[in-house]
Amino acid sequence: MEALVASAIGLMTASGIYLILRKRTFPVIVGLAMLTYAVNVFLFASGRLALNLPPVILPEAAGYTDPLPQALVLTAIVISFGMTAVIVMMALGAFLERGDDRIDMGDPPEAPGRPEGGA
Amino acid sequence: MSLALIAALPFLGALLPGLMIRAGRTACATAAGSATALALIGLLLHAPAVFRGEVIQARFDWLPALGLNATFFLDGLGFLFAGLILGIGLLIILYARFYLSKSDPMGQFYSYLMLFQGAMVGIVLSDNILLLLIFWELTSLSSFLLIGYWKHLPEGRQGARMALAVTGSGGLAMIAGMLILGQIAGSYDLSVILTQKEAIQASEWYLPALILILLGCFTKSAQFPFHFWLPHAMAAPTPVSAYLHSATMVKAGLFLMARMWPVLAGTEAWFLIVSTAGLITMVIGAKIAIFKDDLKALLAFSTVSHLGLITMLLGLGTTDAAVVAVFHIINHATFKAALFMSAGIVDHEAHTRDIKRLGGLRKLMPVTFVIVTVASLSMAGIPPLNGFLSKEMMLEEAAHTVWWGSPWLLAALATIGAMFSVAYSFRLIAHVFLGPERHDYPHHPHDPGFGMWAAPAFLAVLVVLIGVMPMTMVGDLVSVVAGAVTGEAVPVKIYHWHGFVPALFLSIFAVGAGLVILGLHAPLARLWDTTPRPEAKRIFDALVEPLADASRAVTDALHDGAVTKYFAIATVAIIAAGAFAFWGAPHLPGARAATPVAPVALAGWVLLVGATLALFVFHRNRLLTLVLVGIAGLMVSVAFAYLSAPDLALTQVSVEVATIILLLLALNFLPKHTPVESTGGRRLRDGAVAAVAGLGAGGLAYALMMRDLSFPTIAAYHLENSKPGGGGTNVVNVILVDFRGYDTFGEIIVLGIAGLVIFALTEALLRVGPANDRLLAWAPDQRRAGARHPLMLVVATRLMLPVALVVGTYIFLRGHNEPGGGFIAGLIVAIALVIQYMASGFAWTQARQRIDYHAVIGAGVLIAGLTGIGAWFSGTPFLTSAYGYFTIPPLEEFELATALLFDIGVFLTVVGAVMLALASLSRIAIRAGETVNVAPYDIEPGAPAATGREG
Repeated sequence: MEALVASAIGLMTASGIYLILRKRTFPVIVGLAMLTYAVNVFLFASGRLALNLPPVILPEAAGYTDPLPQALVLTAIVISFGMTAVIVMMALGAFLERGDDRIDMGDPPEAPGRPEGGA
Repeated sequence: MSLALIAALPFLGALLPGLMIRAGRTACATAAGSATALALIGLLLHAPAVFRGEVIQARFDWLPALGLNATFFLDGLGFLFAGLILGIGLLIILYARFYLSKSDPMGQFYSYLMLFQGAMVGIVLSDNILLLLIFWELTSLSSFLLIGYWKHLPEGRQGARMALAVTGSGGLAMIAGMLILGQIAGSYDLSVILTQKEAIQASEWYLPALILILLGCFTKSAQFPFHFWLPHAMAAPTPVSAYLHSATMVKAGLFLMARMWPVLAGTEAWFLIVSTAGLITMVIGAKIAIFKDDLKALLAFSTVSHLGLITMLLGLGTTDAAVVAVFHIINHATFKAALFMSAGIVDHEAHTRDIKRLGGLRKLMPVTFVIVTVASLSMAGIPPLNGFLSKEMMLEEAAHTVWWGSPWLLAALATIGAMFSVAYSFRLIAHVFLGPERHDYPHHPHDPGFGMWAAPAFLAVLVVLIGVMPMTMVGDLVSVVAGAVTGEAVPVKIYHWHGFVPALFLSIFAVGAGLVILGLHAPLARLWDTTPRPEAKRIFDALVEPLADASRAVTDALHDGAVTKYFAIATVAIIAAGAFAFWGAPHLPGARAATPVAPVALAGWVLLVGATLALFVFHRNRLLTLVLVGIAGLMVSVAFAYLSAPDLALTQVSVEVATIILLLLALNFLPKHTPVESTGGRRLRDGAVAAVAGLGAGGLAYALMMRDLSFPTIAAYHLENSKPGGGGTNVVNVILVDFRGYDTFGEIIVLGIAGLVIFALTEALLRVGPANDRLLAWAPDQRRAGARHPLMLVVATRLMLPVALVVGTYIFLRGHNEPGGGFIAGLIVAIALVIQYMASGFAWTQARQRIDYHAVIGAGVLIAGLTGIGAWFSGTPFLTSAYGYFTIPPLEEFELATALLFDIGVFLTVVGAVMLALASLSRIAIRAGETVNVAPYDIEPGAPAATGREG
């Protein structure tokens, strides 16, 4: 199981970073989302994996997994939603202001005028 | 009044003027003055104790581990300076009320002034040197605002920059010096450091610490060779100059030298450095002052000169010299503040302060004439005024000091300084007020109203009173202050007639020679003008500009706007750091047994890996990308559920839904396809970077999971105390709302801010501008669906809303004991509401939504905060929770916890932030011409198929 989780983390990190290195805003946002998954799972995994041991106090429970990483990750998930929402708006705003969705300021903008929707 | 409160009052007062300016200029000045007066009264209440020789203290532990505590103490020295800062501050506030013109933003002025005042009071009352350094930097910053107050004047901006650069870099040096001093003394508390004289002076670090601290003092107090910033700071409004350069800012350096006198003074190094710098400053400053035609420039250089005098006295290192220094600090504050304010009056009335264009004002401005005459005579050292007393004492000290091996050199130079001082003081009277009345003033001058001359007149009266009866007026004060400076009881005797001592002859010579210089002023000024001399500003600019260019070059090279490059560099740097750490240490295999793999887990893994790999291939098709990301997110939440984290699974799955909706709405406007731009080589390079990073992250995760924890976690504590302490069995939720409630409080605030930022960004886009133009001219790039609000969907979502709300409530209520809670319930309710938007259209839903999402966010943060504050009423710290069991027949016994209230706050904030984000996107859609149905669905039976345009 550990190998599966670790390989998934690695793969999600790789795809996240690859997409972040693209030159348009949308892949960067998606890449950031993938990286967020990877980081959240990584943080969660730092509490070690456990099956059927949820951190809910029950008299008949055999044991509990570590609740602290879970609490951290829970808020991280919600905050990362807020962050995603903000950068989506920034990307949208930049696209509407400038007419293209490149992220590097040095690159010249595309042909002036209104953006081609489905280019 | 507590010392901390005295220091805090000006800061609190800084908030008032900005608000009170709406009630008028007088109200604004009164507000600032009241705070100052209150602080002054609080200070004076301590006067009896201070005069008894007691030291008053106030202490709050702040960061004790760093030695940084908010400790304050008040002895004679602090009392004198705090009194000067607050007392003269009060006079300046009165004066500025009448000085500033209607076009000057007065609220800003008083806010800056109060900030500065608070920083100064903080310096003189701090017991902890780290705290003192914070206040010290604050004075640099707030004086920058004050000096640059007239933002439209280039001189103001440049002067402010120069002052900040010089005093700020001195402040940096002083931080280093103070840290060394604290290390030697073993404490950052001044009251401890001041007892460590032997240890400090014996330390090999004494000299570096001394030089660094003196750098801070000299830059602040404008000592040679750092004196040049002060005249340029004269571009400030006159009340600022009067305040900063008579009683406060420039005296901060003197204060610190006096404060540190017991431990730093008395060595050869101190004597030579401090007395030499002071003496040079005194002579140079006085000489330049003679030839300045600008009234304020003349006063600025005379200030430099007098600061040099006091510095030199402190540098001598003897108790008697320290007494004179203290006495002259008082005298200089009185006559110099009066002179600055009078210069401002002349400028205000005659519309010029160029001495060449003035003269003969004696009859036109009799009141101002009297004030200036009294203050100038005192500055020149004419008996019986107070300036005479301290100058005599200074010359007497100088006459008995051997300096650089010569018994007479110091006295000679001090006399030359006094002579120049006489010359410029008399010039001030003679060239401005005496002589024939002129008819070419830029504006016909006359005395101003009482409000404007009241403050300088009061100071002039003090000059006379202190001069005539020094022992009655300030004898005790000088004694107690000198006692605080030197650390021993000092008997003080100030009198006018010392007998036929050297000082008397030196003084007579200085006055005579000074008058001769004044008589020869015209030819001397011509000579002065033709002599080349270093221009400080040019040298300063020549030094600063290459530095600025160099840093700009570095910044431009590093930040060229290529975000992709930053990401790549950051990633590679992180990988390199990780690799370095990995290969720099030995590694043992993990000892933990692997968790077995079930077929269902394997299936989930295959889906996740498949979706992620497909992303590499299909990421140019953006809609498909969203589907793939959705699969990955779902699998992550399934994994959470499988691996004993039900709360995470619930959160992840609801966040997933909200994120995909958000991205879909955004994608409506963004291109649906990413073009191929990178070359193959670049893609290969990025792929390699990503692969290595992924390998590293995965490897690290694997290594982590296969090893046992190296020390016991705090999980056991949380598990044990969740039920008895927090009253809930769902430990994750109890951590969120109870154990780590403060963190959660911060996080919902961040989330609320994110929602507001999105709203603000939308507002900016919808204003007149290119973005708005594009939206108005928007042509949809995809075909519209025939039935945009299908009947089935509308009916289904309508039916589902109450169910979804009940589920949300249920998830919320059970959260404390079972998986659920405010975060998850908030997301579920938000999604339930968003579905209404999607099914029935934005306008229809918006018309039925009565509560503003901003208010929901605000209410959430407020409820959470108030719940936390509620704990104070039971005498427990912020956010301490309480719970109890209640029975309301016919219900069963149930539990109520304050944590539930807190969770309601979390719930509301999440709902508000998510809804505000999604609703903002809908507003953009409406601006883009998205037609919005007025009726709930397009084909409502019995209603015309109405489609309207909104927005």
